[in-house]
Amino acid sequence: MPIELKMPALSPTMEEGTLAKWLVKEGDSVTSGTILAEIETDKATMEFEAIDEGVVAKILVAEGADEVKVGTVIAILAAEGEDAVNVAGAAHEGASGGQAADIAASPAEEAQAQQATVSTRPKKGEAPASLQVEPEVPEGTEMVRQTVREALRDAMAEEMRSDDRVFVMGEEVAEYQGAYKVTQGLLEEFGDRRVIDTPITEYGFAGVGTGAAMGGLKPIIEFMTFNFAMQAIDHIINSAAKTNYMSGGQMRCPIVFRGPNGAAARVGAQHSQNYGPWYASVPGLIVIAPYSAADAKGLLKAAIRSEDPVVFLENELLYGQSFEVPKLDDYVLPIGKARVAREGKDVTLVSYSIGVGVALDAATKLAEDGIEAEVIDLRTLRPLDKETVLRSLAKTNRMVCVEEGWPVCSISAELMATAMEEGFDDLDAPVLRVTNEDVPLPYAANLEKMALIDIDRVVAAAKKVCYR
Amino acid sequence: MAKAATRASDDTGSPPPPTHNRERPPEPQRHQASREELLEYYRQMLLIRRFEERAGQLYGLGLIGGFCHLYIGQEAVAVGLQSAMEPGKDSVITGYRDHGHMLAYGIDPKVIMAELTGRAAGISRGKGGSMHMFSVEHKFYGGHGIVGAQVSLGTGLAFQHKYSGDGGVCLAYFGDGAANQGQVYESFNMAELWKLPIIYVIENNQYAMGTSVNRASAEDQLYRRGESFRIPGLQVDGMDVLAVRGAATTALDWVRSGKGPILLELKTYRYRGHSMSDPAKYRSREEVQSVRDKSDPIEAVKRELAAAGVSEEELKKLDSDIKKIVTEAADFAEQSPEPEAAELYTDVLVETY
Repeated sequence: MPIELKMPALSPTMEEGTLAKWLVKEGDSVTSGTILAEIETDKATMEFEAIDEGVVAKILVAEGADEVKVGTVIAILAAEGEDAVNVAGAAHEGASGGQAADIAASPAEEAQAQQATVSTRPKKGEAPASLQVEPEVPEGTEMVRQTVREALRDAMAEEMRSDDRVFVMGEEVAEYQGAYKVTQGLLEEFGDRRVIDTPITEYGFAGVGTGAAMGGLKPIIEFMTFNFAMQAIDHIINSAAKTNYMSGGQMRCPIVFRGPNGAAARVGAQHSQNYGPWYASVPGLIVIAPYSAADAKGLLKAAIRSEDPVVFLENELLYGQSFEVPKLDDYVLPIGKARVAREGKDVTLVSYSIGVGVALDAATKLAEDGIEAEVIDLRTLRPLDKETVLRSLAKTNRMVCVEEGWPVCSISAELMATAMEEGFDDLDAPVLRVTNEDVPLPYAANLEKMALIDIDRVVAAAKKVCYR
Repeated sequence: MAKAATRASDDTGSPPPPTHNRERPPEPQRHQASREELLEYYRQMLLIRRFEERAGQLYGLGLIGGFCHLYIGQEAVAVGLQSAMEPGKDSVITGYRDHGHMLAYGIDPKVIMAELTGRAAGISRGKGGSMHMFSVEHKFYGGHGIVGAQVSLGTGLAFQHKYSGDGGVCLAYFGDGAANQGQVYESFNMAELWKLPIIYVIENNQYAMGTSVNRASAEDQLYRRGESFRIPGLQVDGMDVLAVRGAATTALDWVRSGKGPILLELKTYRYRGHSMSDPAKYRSREEVQSVRDKSDPIEAVKRELAAAGVSEEELKKLDSDIKKIVTEAADFAEQSPEPEAAELYTDVLVETY
């Protein structure tokens, strides 16, 4: 039997990758351990090894093809004794699922066609079409497509260029180019004085960063993920957040703590948690949790410039998603302002970070049933832009909170309290929340899926508050 | 285990190099103080002692609330070390037993005492209290209430000195109790890796609240605690201000020459309880009295001053000057108004969003 070689998933969140280079050609014999190709994931370039013995019968995805979905058949291996040419021919019919239909008939054009198909199909990592662009961007501004990852890096690089006090410190931020590649290229441009690899000592380096901020620098402290920042939460809260108040306004602490937050993919309970509500409960902190690349850029720049300590919550699953980012020399957004991501009149969906994507997709689905949902992206969790939420509530009279996080003592709970206290007369139905299940995140794929928010649950809740 | 260890050393043929092969600072010399210097140390130590005694009184009267940790007995440490530092260039950071370090850095006793009484004129506008006082102007960075936090923060201040190239050194104090905190060692590691200009000072007053060093520390020779990180350590008599000052000079020479951090263990003693609410049942009155009689740092300097020919009258005059300063500070702290109600909401954040 010929063996199908499929695009491997090389990281927990990888959905697609670039086939950077083939290291074998058709007709080559390979054995277990032979390096077949170099594959670029969203984080790194990895080597793809053969597991079986055989002859490379057919290469189906050409070198350089990007956005190759995980699981796509990229080559066919003829097992020992099989005729490589026949195998290659037979394999076309058998090639898996929808991809097979896309493969061109002419063997000569095959690889090219495959490449074209792969890169033009609707992308999973693409922002929903209904996402609207910042109204605060001047009309006619050129937009460029950027991933959230690139936007974050650009924000840091721009601020580092303009202010020598800004530096980045964390685990693997320099030579490794960032555990999630967010700091890629910074070491090269700014050198090891300003891009600093630390030992694995979150409590220690969070304290070092906080002390440096007290001394007048503007540190960006990267946590590989916010799960590890629990080791450092004492400095974030007791040292950074309270300093200005405790010193009667004398001693500032302008620092940014940033890194991925929330559930990633299949990494289990200890690596999957949303700390938004934790930090948002602390006076003295600014808490930002952007969804789009433009917001990530504009708000990270604002965070770095702020004289206050900022907790900047990113999301690993969003890093690779592409959005339109305004091409402006200095794109800075106001902290503490929510954004109407989609206008609607029937129900308000309030969310932040990755939940915004779910809410927008739900809004698209609701529209098919004649319900026009307004989607609010909070962007900043503290201070919370209650005004924008209440204004939307006054318009739609119904609200559903969407949060990739636990329900108890959540941002949703805060929003619901706000609606009760300040928007009661506008409510035509009780506010509902769609959150993760109230359990540690399980590993099993089916259980994990059940534990996390999804479009259907948001649609159901929205219909319920609309009495539909 | 023993067998494996023997075999390992057989394999290599020679034992690992002993740590003393590394460069070490020279043994500190007791400072040869001039008459004026000695008088100044005496003045500062006495100011701290009288200030703290008065703070204890005000606490008893209910004018100072919450936690209040007095520095009585430990005066020679802050005075001896900080007399070698340059305020405005070198930074100082400590834990919650911080009044003495502020006074030793020349910060006005009035605003310190007014902070203790929670008044608007306090150095933190009455919003910090005894444990949370700062003077960015003097590069005194607190005043931190979490045991050991100041060690990482101080390492960050040292990072800033190096990053900015301002020539400053950070002096980071912590107690024998904090010396067991994990972040201390995380900080040691980074400080030595990056050769940061910092002097770590363990003020070993023998008791972490009520637990003696021997009961809490597997290695009770705390000056050795940096060895795993290649940070040299010196043990210093913290009851002798001249020995302390001498050690400060050695430590500053080491750090300013770019050799990275150094660790000083200052053996000292606090006469009062851990805080005002500590009855100190974990040690005998006799123990405290014995230290007071034999090793009091202020009495020791007084004897040196007499030997240097300073008259009894001169000392009495100095004494009464200090009493006056402390009385004024206490009066100021009692009489100044509490913060305005609106202050409740100010300075939570620097900017408006």
